[in-house]
Amino acid sequence: MTDSGAAPREEAGRPPVAAMSWRDVVFESFAGMFARPGRMLLTVLGTTIGLAALVATLGLSQTASQQIIGRFDELAATEITVSSLPAAEGQPSNALPWDAGRRLERLNGVVSAGTLSAVDVGGRLVRGSPIDDPRSRAAFKITVQAASPSLFTAVRARVASGRLLDGGHSLRGDQVAVLGPNAAEQLGVGRLDGLRSIAVGDDVFLVIGVLEGVERKHDLLSSVIIPEGTARALYRLPAPEAVVVETRIGAASMLSRQVPLALRPDAADGLKVASPEQPQQVRAGIQSDLDLLFLMLGGVSLLVGAIGIANVTLVSVMERTGEIGLRRAMGATRRHIATQFLLESATMGAVGGVLGASAGMLVVVGVAFYQTWTPVIGPWIPLLAPVVGGATGLLAGLYPALRAAGLEPVEALRAGT
Amino acid sequence: MPPLVHLEKVSRSFGADVPVRALREVDFEVASGERVSVVGASGSGKTTLLNIIGCLDRQTSGRYWIDGVDVAALTDRGRAGLRSREIGFVFQSFHLLSYRSVLENVMLAEVYGGRERSGRAERALAALDAVGIADRADALPTRLSGGQRQRVAIARAIVGRPRILLCDEPTGNLDSATTASILELLGSLYDDGLTIIVITHDAGVAAWAERKVRITDGQIQDTA
Repeated sequence: MTDSGAAPREEAGRPPVAAMSWRDVVFESFAGMFARPGRMLLTVLGTTIGLAALVATLGLSQTASQQIIGRFDELAATEITVSSLPAAEGQPSNALPWDAGRRLERLNGVVSAGTLSAVDVGGRLVRGSPIDDPRSRAAFKITVQAASPSLFTAVRARVASGRLLDGGHSLRGDQVAVLGPNAAEQLGVGRLDGLRSIAVGDDVFLVIGVLEGVERKHDLLSSVIIPEGTARALYRLPAPEAVVVETRIGAASMLSRQVPLALRPDAADGLKVASPEQPQQVRAGIQSDLDLLFLMLGGVSLLVGAIGIANVTLVSVMERTGEIGLRRAMGATRRHIATQFLLESATMGAVGGVLGASAGMLVVVGVAFYQTWTPVIGPWIPLLAPVVGGATGLLAGLYPALRAAGLEPVEALRAGT
Repeated sequence: MPPLVHLEKVSRSFGADVPVRALREVDFEVASGERVSVVGASGSGKTTLLNIIGCLDRQTSGRYWIDGVDVAALTDRGRAGLRSREIGFVFQSFHLLSYRSVLENVMLAEVYGGRERSGRAERALAALDAVGIADRADALPTRLSGGQRQRVAIARAIVGRPRILLCDEPTGNLDSATTASILELLGSLYDDGLTIIVITHDAGVAAWAERKVRITDGQIQDTA
């Protein structure tokens, strides 16, 4: 092919060579595409669907991961749990102090902190009524936990009815309890219209509140929660088992180093701090996992589109065998024929890419609108879609184009007659 | 001065296991400006001969020159160049693109010759005018009669000013009146110096040529 469109130079004794300008290649390709508009539209539609699926899946991946990461940042990245390690033999105990919550709330970056302990009630069962009725099976093995008042803030507890524990309950050793919703249902405690009590073995507790839910420490949902002071008095709770700390976003990493010193400056190494991974690492991990998943889905969609292009282009080559023969008779080389068909399939792929990118973005915006999410899509995705579409068209058209180019003029003319 | 078309002991076989010899050591020459008809029964090898002369097919053995150029030694691009610049084709079934106008069909012949785009439409119109169908330049071929389509095909064949016009049963699909007009048109092209080789089994068309070659079972039998 020549770029100038000028006739090839003919030298004495040498035959002329076939030549075709790029403008003619483009013109002939477009004329070929528009020869059968219906077929062209169907071909473009295949790529459009494939690219729309790809763009939509990538966009939804980014949108969904942003949503997940947002939640992760809000909860997991702002939680620290501190517990004590068993002390070595002959060494003093690594027990957490009873005022752990108050100590930590003085640290910059701590939103709230509270202690939580599983209470050993000696295998006693919990009944929904203080009356022990041997005919009924109303006693259950339910976890009893002791909590400081500030724990409820640290775990973001929501109250369904009644109220939460306060400092007075703990100081006085009141036999009161707050029930998790699952425990309340199990014990048959509904709304607290009147005074409701439960029994742990022979110890009767007045139910002052029922939780609706918690954001952290979900085992509380199935527990009976009593004041720490009561647990110490009744069940000889030796020390808090853990401290749950809610931090400001970004402060968890720093606080995880400060918290042991604030709690046990004498034995900081005896405490175990469970802090979240760095948010950036988690973000990258989640993004990477979702990208892989959605890329695979999008890739399959694109493959289906590519097979569609290849199929339609192949059918087109077969339909146009006579035309190929005619063009060869008029001087088209194999390269001219291959270029024309490749340009046709690549152009249809690129057009499908533009339409697919638009459709895919609409899907992302539509889903985000329906879910009240913020649509997030990388700018490179819609920009690259036509390139990917064109490349897909090019690859899909390769075999049909080579097949067209491989036809001998006489065979093509005979087949197309 | 060498003959424009020169075949020397050209053979063409098809199939590998039991080869069918369509041409058998054919010696054939056509001088520049000659008007030759090749006649023969169906399957005698006349179309195979035309395909080889037109560089649409390659001989199995033998040698072939066009104006002294050894065609067998040419690459695909070189052979395509010969077809685009030196040879015009007129087929029995016209081979017009149904989705392109008459004018565009004629212009298509110049696409692969590397000629400049400027003036292409004017040259195509002049060719259509020469065959007497310029007034249908904007029509689609499907709207034309058989005779008109063949005129368009002839215009397409001559627009690049080839030296050889190869016609394969050019009047095979036409009635007698249209056949006469097409032969008259070909005659005028011959008068302008074009070398014309016509494949036909029509005695009337064969008689139109100044030299008649008969081919039987792949061999040239006699020349009159």
